[in-house]
Amino acid sequence: MALDQLVMTKFGEGAGEEMILNMGPQHPSTHGVINFVVHADGEVMHKAVPQVGYLHRAIEKIGEIVTYPGFMPYTDRIDYLAAMFANEGYALAVEKLLGVEVPPPAQYLRAISCELNRIASHLISLGSMAMDIGAVTPFPYALRERESINDLLEALCGARLTYNYHRIGGVAFGMADDWAPLCRKWLDHFDRILDEWDRLISFNEIFIERLAGLAVIPLEMGIDYGLVGPNLRASGFEYDLRKAHPYGAYPDFNFKVPIGKAYAGAHRGGQVGDTFDRFYVRVLECRESVSIVRQALDKFPAGEFMAKVPRKIKPEAGEAQSRIESARGEMAYYVVSDGGERAYRVRARTGSFLAMGIIEELSKGLMIADLVALIASLDVVAPEIDR
Amino acid sequence: MKELIDRIIVQQLGHDPQTWPMTQGLYLAAMLAVGAALTTFGAIFAGLLSWWERRIAARIQSRVGPNRVGPQGVLQFIADALKLILKEDLIPADSDHILFRIAPYFVMVGFILTFVVLPFGYRLSPTNMNVGLFYVVSITALVVVGILVSGWASNSKWSLFGGIRAAAQVVSYEIPAGMAILVPIIMSGSLNMHDIIRAQGGAPWDWFMFQTPWGYAAFFILFTAMLAEGNRTPFDLPEAESEIVAGYNTEYSGMRFGYFFLAEWGNLWVMSAVLSTLFLGGWQVPFVSMARLTAWEAAGHVPLWFYIASAVIFVAKVLVLINIIVWIRWTFPRIRVDQMMNLCWKYLVPIGLGLVILAAATELISFQWFGEAAKGQARVGSIRDTLHFAFFLIAGLVPFAAFVLKTRRNIYLVGDRVDLTNW
Amino acid sequence: MTALSFEQVHQKLSARFGEAIGPVQPAKKDAFCTFAPPRLVEICRFLKTEPDLWFDFLEDLTATDHPKQNLIKVVYHFYSYRHRHIFVAKVEVNRQDAEVDSVEPVWKAANWMEREVFDLFGVRFKGHSDLRRVLLPDDWIGSPLRKDYSESGGYRDISNVRDNPLDLYLSMDRQLKAEQATPELAAEGKAPAAEGPPVKSGA
Repeated sequence: MALDQLVMTKFGEGAGEEMILNMGPQHPSTHGVINFVVHADGEVMHKAVPQVGYLHRAIEKIGEIVTYPGFMPYTDRIDYLAAMFANEGYALAVEKLLGVEVPPPAQYLRAISCELNRIASHLISLGSMAMDIGAVTPFPYALRERESINDLLEALCGARLTYNYHRIGGVAFGMADDWAPLCRKWLDHFDRILDEWDRLISFNEIFIERLAGLAVIPLEMGIDYGLVGPNLRASGFEYDLRKAHPYGAYPDFNFKVPIGKAYAGAHRGGQVGDTFDRFYVRVLECRESVSIVRQALDKFPAGEFMAKVPRKIKPEAGEAQSRIESARGEMAYYVVSDGGERAYRVRARTGSFLAMGIIEELSKGLMIADLVALIASLDVVAPEIDR
Repeated sequence: MKELIDRIIVQQLGHDPQTWPMTQGLYLAAMLAVGAALTTFGAIFAGLLSWWERRIAARIQSRVGPNRVGPQGVLQFIADALKLILKEDLIPADSDHILFRIAPYFVMVGFILTFVVLPFGYRLSPTNMNVGLFYVVSITALVVVGILVSGWASNSKWSLFGGIRAAAQVVSYEIPAGMAILVPIIMSGSLNMHDIIRAQGGAPWDWFMFQTPWGYAAFFILFTAMLAEGNRTPFDLPEAESEIVAGYNTEYSGMRFGYFFLAEWGNLWVMSAVLSTLFLGGWQVPFVSMARLTAWEAAGHVPLWFYIASAVIFVAKVLVLINIIVWIRWTFPRIRVDQMMNLCWKYLVPIGLGLVILAAATELISFQWFGEAAKGQARVGSIRDTLHFAFFLIAGLVPFAAFVLKTRRNIYLVGDRVDLTNW
Repeated sequence: MTALSFEQVHQKLSARFGEAIGPVQPAKKDAFCTFAPPRLVEICRFLKTEPDLWFDFLEDLTATDHPKQNLIKVVYHFYSYRHRHIFVAKVEVNRQDAEVDSVEPVWKAANWMEREVFDLFGVRFKGHSDLRRVLLPDDWIGSPLRKDYSESGGYRDISNVRDNPLDLYLSMDRQLKAEQATPELAAEGKAPAAEGPPVKSGA
């Protein structure tokens, strides 16, 4: 029989036009357990529908069961690659409810640990993006640098991934005397590694060809779909929560906010807001974070690293929202208190959850290989989506 | 090889090969023995190459690689092969049972059969086919049949994707490969692998790659096309691990899976051997000119050290090319299907055509000017030699030196230092 | 680019929509106000398109459950990138028949966030383009973030209750001690009987 009849008897009626594939949930390059139901016609997709929830651990429900301080380790698991930010957001929200003022050394320690964690998270994001495109080598390089950050943070707070470092009212531990010189030495080394990164992969011809001009997100679309963080900045919008609504120690620091500028170059089809911009903005953010940590170490104030908070934290009835600039964008915590020891409602609105909403729209007309690049460039992680 | 066996029958056994009834039997036994030896060589080399590639990949990625099983981990491939053989042989229930089972063998056959004509040194190849190159190109086309059959027979959409991508890729890149192969054929005037090698010389500026600009360009085109045919990064879409799990390999387990990978690594030898035959002077030993070689042949006695040196030189060239291919795999990302097709049809094919025309035109013109002496290996005076040497300097030595200096600079910029003992 | 305060935004809204806008609740720390459900989409469109307000970012869309008042309050956080001001609003819906207009036509970001509220609270959004569960499996029964949610004993034959393993360990421990009992220990009273009352730890 003819080939198309053969295809239909083997694969079913609708097979002539559209093939429905499942990419995930176990897949080497969806970032975490996420499933994509891909409606494809050959190599080109009609749409890719994300299905999430494989990592839903009911963290928001747990927030109503455990006490305020007891919830801090759970916030680590909301985004285990950028756990310091999740810690900080929750701490800020509860401190707002309590009306507690965090002492400056604690704010500086929060900033230092958060910026180091931002670098670590970006390293994973960049390395895994390169790996998804096929260049396997940058990923171990990124991990090698991340090992050093993990070692530094382990010396600071005892943990390498889920830190549970920030506390309501400050941070858990102060900085040892020999920590700052170690950190500075690593920062000097890391500057050169970032240069090597650019030479290795950022401006590799094949890499740019794969990413330039792909899945351009115009600014209005990004804002409408609620994209935050580097995803939004790559579309050319200079908005960083650390500059727009500074919190903690950030008013003391001087740093630039990298935005997308079609870094791929117009001759290769690069546009503002394309995939390469989202990649390169993160590389530039690593450099800014290095500068922030240096400034923080230089200006480190003296004092206590923990404010005086009551032993049992029972804020008055009310609600508070805190917003922080996490590695994946703006994370907003909304904590409702009813006057008791446990929160009435804890809500963590994460950047990755909003980024999933745009994937179905952007995937129309892309190829499957491009879908992988798109997901990698949006830097979604499953724990942030599912909580 | 037939002459060798005939000589053995006549000299050692004292029979006339034409009339002795056991001649055919001896031929058959010799063929089986040589076939077994070549298959063993192919398999062992593929296994060792898997270890070598893993060590190189690891060192490129700042880690160590397999170093437990055997000294420096050399026996790792035996451990892997044993593991694969002992695994459960899973055949998916909905797959096409017969096709699923024979697909790996297509791939293996397509790779092993090329060893029949590949040279290993001076007169060290099982046959001396006068269409050797044509045979290699046609036999390696069996591999794509195997990949397509495995993608289809697995009855899985991901495998189908991989199989189709592979078919499109390999079939497309046959064209520029064929054209790039035509260039040394024109320059040497023969399809016989050994004749092509004899048309080159031992020194780098006598290689086809550095003799003429079209030889140089044809080398790179053939290199790219062979990467594509062998499914190596940057053209490893059919088995693009991060996109379609393992492409046409997805449903295979155990030794069947092993065959695909064996064939991929073994193909590296084949590719590099063809490349070094055509463009890098094959088994030509430096400082031994063709005149000396023909003198030895006329006298009927070629010294043993020449055989050994030619084999060593050939293997060394093949290993260098293999290392470059491995290096490229672990440095570059992979290109997308449409970009790969673009590259092939919009760039490599027209350039290849141009190169063939250029090579043929110059051969014709030089034939007109210099007559018969220009054909093949005879030299026509020092003008040609000087041109070859100049081109070698510009196109070979200068880029190589620039590359080495840039690499050194890259290493020092990161604060590291060049340490060749760091294994 | 002038950031308005919460009260100023509220004034503008009240001026335009009258009683649909509830008073500012100066709840401790973060103020909010309540919208009336029927004109929600209109109000949101005004919030987004009015030049002085220009709330172009729907920052958060979530809900809180108040069984004592028999209400689910859907909470909206708005933010304006142009003016850098925020606004918080709540819409109260009945717990039994929780339905509210979807603001997806105004901000696409509401698509997934409303699906999450539907999933975890059971609030239906009228006019949503694709209202189905997002975090939980499609055939899940119940709305987990409601205060009165109890797991109905499992999902598709996968039970979610089990005996406390501590009970098992304690009884095993008691048995071991009984086996190792020697007369001296028995004299000292340290050998428990092998069979004792079942140990029930506080579960």
